[in-house]
Amino acid sequence: MSKRNLLLASLVAALAAIAALASTQHAAARIVASCPTIKNGQLTIGTDNPAYPPWYAGGTKSSKWKINDPSTGKGYESAVAYAIAGKLGYTKAKVSWTYVPFNKAFAPGTKSFDFDINQISYTPARAKVVAFSKSYYDVNQAIVVNKGTKIASVHSIAGLRSFKLGAQLGTTSYQFIKSRIKPSQTPSVPSSNAAAVLLLKNKQIDGLVVDLPTAFYVTAAQIPNSKILGQFENTAGQTTDRFGVVLQKGNPLLGCVNRAITTLRANGTLKKLQQTWLAKATGAPILK
Amino acid sequence: MAGEGDRRADLEVDRRSRVVSSLRSGGDSRRSVAIALLSTVVFFVVVAVAITHAPGWPEVRSQFFDWGEFKATFPEVARAFLLNVKIFSIAEVLILVFALFLAVLRSLPGPVFFPLRALAIVYADLFRGIPTILVIAMLGFGAPALGVSYIPKSVIFWGIVSLVLIYSAYVSEVYRAGIDSIHPSQEAAARSLGLSRGQTLRRVILPQAVRRVIPPLLNDFIGLQKDTALVGTLGAIEAFQQSQIDTNATFNFTAYLSAAVLFVAITIPLARFTDWLVARDRRRRVAGGTT
Repeated sequence: MSKRNLLLASLVAALAAIAALASTQHAAARIVASCPTIKNGQLTIGTDNPAYPPWYAGGTKSSKWKINDPSTGKGYESAVAYAIAGKLGYTKAKVSWTYVPFNKAFAPGTKSFDFDINQISYTPARAKVVAFSKSYYDVNQAIVVNKGTKIASVHSIAGLRSFKLGAQLGTTSYQFIKSRIKPSQTPSVPSSNAAAVLLLKNKQIDGLVVDLPTAFYVTAAQIPNSKILGQFENTAGQTTDRFGVVLQKGNPLLGCVNRAITTLRANGTLKKLQQTWLAKATGAPILK
Repeated sequence: MAGEGDRRADLEVDRRSRVVSSLRSGGDSRRSVAIALLSTVVFFVVVAVAITHAPGWPEVRSQFFDWGEFKATFPEVARAFLLNVKIFSIAEVLILVFALFLAVLRSLPGPVFFPLRALAIVYADLFRGIPTILVIAMLGFGAPALGVSYIPKSVIFWGIVSLVLIYSAYVSEVYRAGIDSIHPSQEAAARSLGLSRGQTLRRVILPQAVRRVIPPLLNDFIGLQKDTALVGTLGAIEAFQQSQIDTNATFNFTAYLSAAVLFVAITIPLARFTDWLVARDRRRRVAGGTT
């Protein structure tokens, strides 16, 4: 290939890229009319505050958000939320985030958000009260312990039974402790993530059960001398623990969100985002 | 002046007895009973209709008053309630003792005891000022964080300690009011009989003072029972935390109703008992007897 041809070829490629970019931007600007939102022309997304890694990343831009600002587009849930918004035709500027405490996501009455994305696990009972989207993440539970404590040398689920375990209120992690580990001591169920982490740090509990990505954050940033003892498999016969975005029951937006998630799963976007934000969250030993 | 006061007291007793008797018998009062009954019925019907015809009522009913959910959650919440009973029983005994000690400290006379009096005042001010949940969080997480091996790590232990610290501040004020209400002549009389200051306090002042403040003491006891729910925020599974676990598992708030029913089931009898004590006390005083 001559120099000139190369130049021409690269010019064509560049033009094509610009055209493609322009066309996607054009497509993105068109809001899907059959997907109504609470504020016309705007998509309002809810999540809890503080917004913890690796679900949210990139620090805070405003004092309103602690630890991370969901509007950065960084972190798995923020990235997924913007990917869904893109499929519905909302550019980043047309997306606004609102603070929704966990309890408020399912309180009766009109919702202040179009959808809420906050590591909320699907259960059939919950689905009677709110609408759950399809899964954007299939999650494994994991257990975090302090290094050098007695529990740190345990290698089986049966071995965990005699220890004092804890899980944050409102999580399926607590249901997991009750139904799968069946400990002999009453587990501790503090009201917040901060309290749960503090209990483990103070050795007031021996082990903290959380979802695997959160476990990586706890060990990396919240408790210096802790480690992930292992993760638990989503075994056959057990319903998979999966995160879905939450919408008001009967909200027609559900179909749109589901179509978006299906597309994002099929075209590999979800997988790519998981590799970007949750890559570390795979290599923990499996406890049986 | 004294005669004027007595006359007014008599009038008041008379008025009250008329109010009471009008609810019991007589032609005129039968009409008032009918009116009271009618207005009560109308009031509650209007409220009930207004609530049940609100647009969100079916949703509220299924999320807050679901009978199936109530039956499913009640046994477990009731079991968790035993922890509340344990916490307030232990705490109440310690509070009654510790608060009395504080109150006695505060009523010590003379300049020598100024530091102790000041300490008691600062204590009462501080622990009545800080919200209960903050003390519970600070002690429940803070004390075990010191990492000293002989400091208990149990959140229930620290929950009880927090409640004792806070409620003792309130109860010591109640005791003090009781001690202050005893006429100085009682002390003078006791001392003139040859009792020492300590004996006077123990055998003359406190027996009268404590009897006078039993109703407000029970009032604080009811408050204590409800505040045991705050220990749940540390992770102890008491009735309210258990109901929150159930609520979060199903997104149905009916479990709260289970907890509320349990709390009410013990506070209402206690409240009526307190009312009865107050009424008896008033009757005795109005009758001209001593306390």
